Amino acid sequence: MAAHETYFATTKQLRIYKAKQILHNVLVYGFLTLVGIFIVIPFLYMIIASFRNPTAFDQEDAFHMFVLFPNWWNDSLLQPNYTLDNYITVFTYRGASGHSINFGLYYANTLFVSAVSTIFTIATSVLAAFAFARCEFKGKNLLFTILLATMMIPGEMMVITNYQTVKIIGWENTYSALIFVHGVSVFYIFYLRQTFQQIPNELFLAAKVDGYGHFRYLWRVMIPIASPTILTIAILSLMGAWNAYVWPNLVASGTYKNSWMFGMNEGWSMWLVSNGLMNLFSNTDTGLDHQTVRIAGSVIVTAPLFLFFLIFRKYIMRGISRSGIKG
Amino acid sequence: MSLAATSPRANFKENIRYAFSRPTPAMEREHEEMVLRSTLSVKRASRFRVGEAGKAWIALIPALIFLTFFMIYPIINSFLMSFFEKFTFVGGTNTSFVITNVIAALQNSRVKDPVFGFGNYVNVLNDNLFTKALGNTALMVVFSVPLTIIIGLLIAVALYSIKPLQGFFQTVFFLPYVTNTIALGMVFQTIFSRGGLFNAMFGLGDVAWIDVTANRWSMFFVLVVYAIWNGLAFKILVFMSGLASIDRQYYDAARIDGAKRSTILRRITIPLLSPQILYITITSFIGAFKAYTEVMSIFGGNNDFGGTTKQEWITVVGYIYTYIDSAPDRAAAGSMVLLVIILLITLVQMVVSKKRVHY
Repeated sequence: MAAHETYFATTKQLRIYKAKQILHNVLVYGFLTLVGIFIVIPFLYMIIASFRNPTAFDQEDAFHMFVLFPNWWNDSLLQPNYTLDNYITVFTYRGASGHSINFGLYYANTLFVSAVSTIFTIATSVLAAFAFARCEFKGKNLLFTILLATMMIPGEMMVITNYQTVKIIGWENTYSALIFVHGVSVFYIFYLRQTFQQIPNELFLAAKVDGYGHFRYLWRVMIPIASPTILTIAILSLMGAWNAYVWPNLVASGTYKNSWMFGMNEGWSMWLVSNGLMNLFSNTDTGLDHQTVRIAGSVIVTAPLFLFFLIFRKYIMRGISRSGIKG
Repeated sequence: MSLAATSPRANFKENIRYAFSRPTPAMEREHEEMVLRSTLSVKRASRFRVGEAGKAWIALIPALIFLTFFMIYPIINSFLMSFFEKFTFVGGTNTSFVITNVIAALQNSRVKDPVFGFGNYVNVLNDNLFTKALGNTALMVVFSVPLTIIIGLLIAVALYSIKPLQGFFQTVFFLPYVTNTIALGMVFQTIFSRGGLFNAMFGLGDVAWIDVTANRWSMFFVLVVYAIWNGLAFKILVFMSGLASIDRQYYDAARIDGAKRSTILRRITIPLLSPQILYITITSFIGAFKAYTEVMSIFGGNNDFGGTTKQEWITVVGYIYTYIDSAPDRAAAGSMVLLVIILLITLVQMVVSKKRVHY
């Protein structure tokens, strides 16, 4: 007998162990697949229904349409049960009321607002975060504590007053109201400050020796180093603007009066995509009440986000695990 | 010049310890900047320079202007507004800011009828619609939040224990996060319509889930399902990042001791995940208390909260936005109540978790 005995499992024990392992795997994968189906069904249903002929959609059993995939193939060849009509309707429909009901317009508005507000947010946040991270000044900690404390306060409290302020300063139905009012975010300042603080001080001293001032240092050294964080913030901000509903619905539900944009004089709707989606398709007067058209609208609103997600998956997931916000 | 020489210590022993201790970042910075200052002093003196504090304020000004105007001032103003009964624009429309109205109202209250007080709060708390909104929101929170957290935790643990297909599943579970709440709410509306997928899939026939004629609790079921579907992604993501930060040694030790999987989950994973669980609990309780667009998108329309009255499942935020135009003082009082609830939730969870959370 050796001094140190090595324990070998018997074949039977090994077999039991392996069986348990397999059972565990089956359970885990089964569970995950079930949840995955639960998550994916609405998306699949959305895509299939959006291509469905409205009359066929009404007549057919929803389950039949959804599950019998081979039928899809036959249908599309033999009968016009799958069409692009729903999408065409969404983009080309013009309302009778003179108010142009036009998803292309909502798209343009949303793209413009989200792009400009993202640039604005990043510019202000980077500067403010730089001041908090790199500079020493009187009252810094007090100011930062006050800003952090406001993160606890529900946004509705600010919206109540801002709604009145916007009316008073004549920003109703303007892009300014959509871009500037809720453009500066304390959370982004806080998030960027943390990244900036991780940049070693030696870099600043080296830059100083090279004759860089504070702002040149920010532009040439800090921003390139912090660019992943800035990209994350840009993505979160874009997503927030894309999904904005409450604020545009309050201050931009009318039409734009000024005519500087694209030479439009009147009837330039200020709605963003979410507003269009919520208000048009639930309104029976517009004639867009049909479920398939509405779902096509949903696809159109969701698709750019999906594309965006596929491209920037890493940054989105990293940013969101820290933020907990949803626009 | 050593650092020790710049700050003499009382006794020799401390002096030695000071000299050999690692300098703190603040000391290093001070030292380096002193050296720099001496080398750059000629250049610095030659031209006018804005000091560091001045530059900081220049950098802060853009953000501060907007934050003061659209965040700090609104908080103060809404707070004040909630204490003025029958608040109106006494300063006239389009001419003055709301705060001047507050001042005018305050002067009014001294002269004429006392409008300053807790009247709005009394009105709001006695308003049946508000108590209904409060009850509705509380019900949704109590059902959806714990369910979402438990399911999310289970998914994260299961997902973390597998290797093949982990990335695929993670991406799939994350999808609901990058969608538009309203767009997918409308898809759920179609799925739960009378001829919709849900009835067809489970062979339920013609059950009304969200129609105006539907039962209150079947509407609630749809709301909770949508809340879970919508909320899982974020929880899984946070739990996954928490799991990744747990030292594998604990699991190896437990496995050598022959611990069961359930024991490992109960004794290692959950205690070590407690900071993430606390974070998720607080954020999701607060988030769920602010439910608004998700409810409307299920019932399909602006300010439509279901039922024949369109107020069946109105939420607290829904109440605030219902009155934002007609009675801003009432809306402000409602938002103050929401603030108090949020602070209470945070406080209670902080106190309760103090003993249970391991950092």
